[in-house]
Amino acid sequence: MADEVKLHGVDGSPFVCRVKIALNIKKIDYKYVVEDLSNKSADLLKYNPVHKKVPVFVHNGNSVSESLVIVEYIDDAWKAVPILPQDAYEKAQARFWAKFIDDKCIPALFKAIGSHGEEQAVAEAHEQLQFLENELNVKGKKFFGGGDINLVDIAATFIAYWVGAAEEALGIKLVSKDKFPKIKEWDGNYINSQVVKDGLPPREILVAFFKKRFGNA
Amino acid sequence: MADEVKLYGLDGSPFVCRVKIALNLKKIDYKFVVEDLRNKSADLLKYNPVHKKIPVLLHSGKPISESLVIIEYMDDAWKGAPLLPKDPYEKAQARFWAKFVDDKCIPIVFKAIVSHGEEKDLAEAHEQLQFLENQLNEGKKFFGGDDINLVDISATFIAYWVGAAEEALGLKLVSKDKYPKLTEWCDNYINCQAVKDGLPPREILLGFFKMWFATPNSFVYNEFLNKSS
Repeated sequence: MADEVKLHGVDGSPFVCRVKIALNIKKIDYKYVVEDLSNKSADLLKYNPVHKKVPVFVHNGNSVSESLVIVEYIDDAWKAVPILPQDAYEKAQARFWAKFIDDKCIPALFKAIGSHGEEQAVAEAHEQLQFLENELNVKGKKFFGGGDINLVDIAATFIAYWVGAAEEALGIKLVSKDKFPKIKEWDGNYINSQVVKDGLPPREILVAFFKKRFGNA
Repeated sequence: MADEVKLYGLDGSPFVCRVKIALNLKKIDYKFVVEDLRNKSADLLKYNPVHKKIPVLLHSGKPISESLVIIEYMDDAWKGAPLLPKDPYEKAQARFWAKFVDDKCIPIVFKAIVSHGEEKDLAEAHEQLQFLENQLNEGKKFFGGDDINLVDISATFIAYWVGAAEEALGLKLVSKDKYPKLTEWCDNYINCQAVKDGLPPREILLGFFKMWFATPNSFVYNEFLNKSS
C-alpha cells in the first residue's frame, strides 16, 4: 500500500511552510488540506486535540503535530536526503539552534514587527539575531547545515522570508545587510533553493497580511 | 580526556535533574559541577554563551545545552537503556509530549503555584494536566510504557517539585481523585532507583519554596521563569 501523506495547513503560516520545505527536500508526494482557522475542520480537531493548530501531518492515518517534531519525524521515516546530521553532537547542535530560533528569535522578531520597529523591541531582536549571524560567520557556511539545508535553515524560514514581507508592509528595517551580512547572504541562498521556493507562499499574500494585521488604519 | 562527562547544574533545578536521571538510567559516570547562579562560572558562560543557563552537559570537551536536547544527545551517543522509542511515529509522539510538558504544562503549573492557586491559573493548569492524565489512561505504568522514557523525564517537575510546592503552599494541585493515573505515575516514577538517585532532598525544595513565597522577587524565581516561558 503506497504511503498516504497529508498536510493540514494554511499558506501564510511559516510553521506549515517548514513542513512543505521538508517534504520537498525529501521529494515526498502529499495532499495539502487547506484549513480555515476561523472554522477548523473536524479532522484537524481530531488529529491535534491538544493544540488545535496547524501544521498537522498525517502519515498513513497517524498524525503528528508541532512543526519541528514533524520535520524530525519526516527525517526518521524517510531516510533519503537527511535533514539532520548523522553525528550525535552535530545533531544536538542543530536541535539547539532550531529550538533557539523557535523560543527566542521568532518571538523577539514578532514583537519587533508588532511594535512597528520600536527601539527596545528591535534591540532585543538584534541581540538574538547576532547569535545566528555569529553561527554563520564562524563556520563560513552557505547554510546553517553547511553545504546543504538542514533543520536549522528550515526552522529559520520565518527569518528568511516572513521578516522581509513585514519590513515591506510596515516600512521598517529589521535585518539590514550592514548589520547582518551573513544572515542576508544566507537568506538569498535559502529562498532561492528550489525546494524552498516551491514551498513559499506568494510574497504579496504575506505583505497584505502584515499590512492588515499591523499596518496603520 | 576521552569520554569525560561533566554536568553543570544546581540541585534545585528540575531541568538539571532531568539530565541526572538520564545519566543514571544510562549508567554513565559523570562529574557534577555545582554552579552559583549569582556568580556563574567562566566555564558555564563559555559553554552556554547563548542562554548562560544550566544544565550544560560536557562530553569529551564538547558542550550541549537545553535539557531535552541534552537527553536526546545522550540517547544518540550512548546506546544502552534507550530513552526514546525506535519507531519513528512513537518517537514523534514522545517528542510531542515532552515539548507539551515543557511549553504548556510546566509554565502554567508554575504560574498557578506562583499565584498561590489563583482561580484562572488553576483552571488553565488543570486543562493541561488533564491531557497528561488522559495519556496515562491507556493503562501505562509510565508515559514510556513499562520503562521510563523522555516524556517521564520531562515531567519530573510534576512528579516531585509540585508536591513540594503544594506542601509549602498548603495548596493541592494534583489530587488523587482528580488525577488518579497521574498520582499513581508520580509514585511509580519517583520510586525508581535511577530517579530517586537523581532527585534533590525534599527538604531542600520545601525550604526553597517556603523562602521564595516569602520573597517572590528573588533572582532564582526570575531565572526559573525565564526558563519556563
